[in-house]
Amino acid sequence: MTVPILKQRDYLIASIQAALTDADLKHLRDALVAQVGDYRSRGVIVDVTALDVMDSFAVRTLRDLAHMTRLRGAETVIVGIQPEVAFAMTQLGLRLEGVAAALDLEEGLAYLDSRVKRGGMTRQRLEG
Amino acid sequence: MSQRVTVNNTGPMTDGVRLDRAQITVPITSDLDIVAARQRGRLLAVELGYTATQATLIATAISELARNIVLYATRGEILLTGANDGARVGIVVTARDQGPGIKDVPYAIAGGHSTSGGLGLGLAGVRRLMDVFEITSLLGQGTTVTVTSWKR
Amino acid sequence: MPGSETTVVMTPVVRDESTSGLLRELVAHLRQNRTQLREEWARRITEAKLLTAMSPEEVFAEATAVYDNYLEALETGSIEALETYARNLSERIIPRGVETNEVVGIVLLLRDVLARSLFAKYRRDFEQLDHILDAYEPAANRIAITVSVGFVQERERVIRQQQEAIRELSTPVLPVRERLLILPIIGIIDPQRARQLTEQLLRGIRVNRAKVVVMDITGVPAMDATVANHLVQTVEAARLLGATVIVTGLSPEIAQTLVNIGVDLGKMNTVGDMQGGIEEAERLLGYRVAPVVVETAAAAP
Ligand SMILES: Nc1ncnc2c1ncn2[C@@H]1O[C@H](COP(=O)(O)OP(=O)(O)OP(=O)(O)O)[C@@H](O)[C@H]1O
Ligand SMILES: [Mg+2]
Repeated sequence: MTVPILKQRDYLIASIQAALTDADLKHLRDALVAQVGDYRSRGVIVDVTALDVMDSFAVRTLRDLAHMTRLRGAETVIVGIQPEVAFAMTQLGLRLEGVAAALDLEEGLAYLDSRVKRGGMTRQRLEG
Repeated sequence: MSQRVTVNNTGPMTDGVRLDRAQITVPITSDLDIVAARQRGRLLAVELGYTATQATLIATAISELARNIVLYATRGEILLTGANDGARVGIVVTARDQGPGIKDVPYAIAGGHSTSGGLGLGLAGVRRLMDVFEITSLLGQGTTVTVTSWKR
Repeated sequence: MPGSETTVVMTPVVRDESTSGLLRELVAHLRQNRTQLREEWARRITEAKLLTAMSPEEVFAEATAVYDNYLEALETGSIEALETYARNLSERIIPRGVETNEVVGIVLLLRDVLARSLFAKYRRDFEQLDHILDAYEPAANRIAITVSVGFVQERERVIRQQQEAIRELSTPVLPVRERLLILPIIGIIDPQRARQLTEQLLRGIRVNRAKVVVMDITGVPAMDATVANHLVQTVEAARLLGATVIVTGLSPEIAQTLVNIGVDLGKMNTVGDMQGGIEEAERLLGYRVAPVVVETAAAAP
């Protein structure tokens, strides 16, 4: 099960379609971290609407993904966490520390736009 | 020496918890089986009329237990059974393996300690997700974790 | 599904040979006299002024069903069918105000009616009566307990459900304006209420696409560490859905509890009172309300 990664403007969007195994998740993480560099993306959206369970492994992998992409200059936002899943995650004691979350794709895009506009000017100048 | 720890979040168990006759066994040998086990557990919860929230808690607990099997014991199995204590319907999940066992059980379930670079949250978290938590581990023999969730 | 299979385990019912022979004889007798014994029982129920909330016809109909299930339980030794029926019966009669003592009363009455009939039948053969009663008593006790306990548990379930419903009403999630929810919490929060409150809030965030939640706990008198932890979890769960929670009305005691359990209050969004919380929420949402003047003044060199 591979997750399609879409390129839209400065962003990479990964929409998870079905339950993922640990190996799938790691693969997604590595692919996104690599592509952020390839495309000089400024933001990454991971849509987890289809995930009905986010356990310690999934959370750790997504957190690592976010931290790694940040080191490569892209902000990651996780979108579409289901209310039940959010509830179970916090009951389990999991925190997505330092990782942004938004309700859905639209909100995720709005979040990235606001971040890139606010914090991204210097960097754009440097690159341009 | 076998170590056994029981944590009951719902007060003393009413005697006479009856297990349903049908029992589902999911062999756990790879990370694919982790997904299969938790999906099967969710299905059972939904069949028994659990809310989506509780079904998610159960599926998440199964995922943690199954992953521990793959990670630490390579292979084992997850058993899923409906249960009933007269007043409440429940689901009993048993995760068992013949792996290396756990050296210090209270330490392992206290949370925050991992031998694999994990968060060490699995067992401690499962305790919070479920109503009754019981673990028996024997060094060199294996580990059995039995957890129950009562339908609310 | 990959790698899954189903095992079916049967638990055999073990029963001693002579006992089951006696019970068979007993059941045959009770079946033969069904009409008369059932009527006798219904009459005694009315006499004892039990089940007064039900009409005589209803009492008779239920008496018949209980009687038949009773015999079946005696015969097969399996109380499952009776249990299901008892739960069903309880579900029907609890809303009508039937009390626990009435249910226990009618079961004991049936036991009495049947025992008397056995006495009458085996009057001349004491030894046989002894054996019959030895077989009957434990079975009858088990049945009586099953029905009574079933009733009490169903009642508890109904009460729990009602409590849950009341709780849900007592913590409204209010959409006050676009993307803003207010959650005024009043009264003691126990872990169960904390869970319910979180579930309700998360659903509310999803449905209203809320970005900011003002959670006012002015009305919460106290909070222990467990509940404080739940509160922190609620805030985090809301964040996972993209909503910021502003906590208002934190009493000094509760603030102390939060600090004691290691919550960094600097990371938690707290504002003194609900009014302030709403203003902060509107600022976060990008609405420009009253404090524009203040801002300009502050920004001026
Ligand atoms: N089935 C098992 N067999 C042997 N050891 C186990 C087993 N399950 C857990 N352990 C031991 O207990 C420790 C705690 O387990 P727990 O699931 O709580 O955390 P983790 O697996 O290390 O990390 P996380 O689950 O947060 O990713 C593990 O590090 C491991 O040493
Ligand atoms: Mg683990």
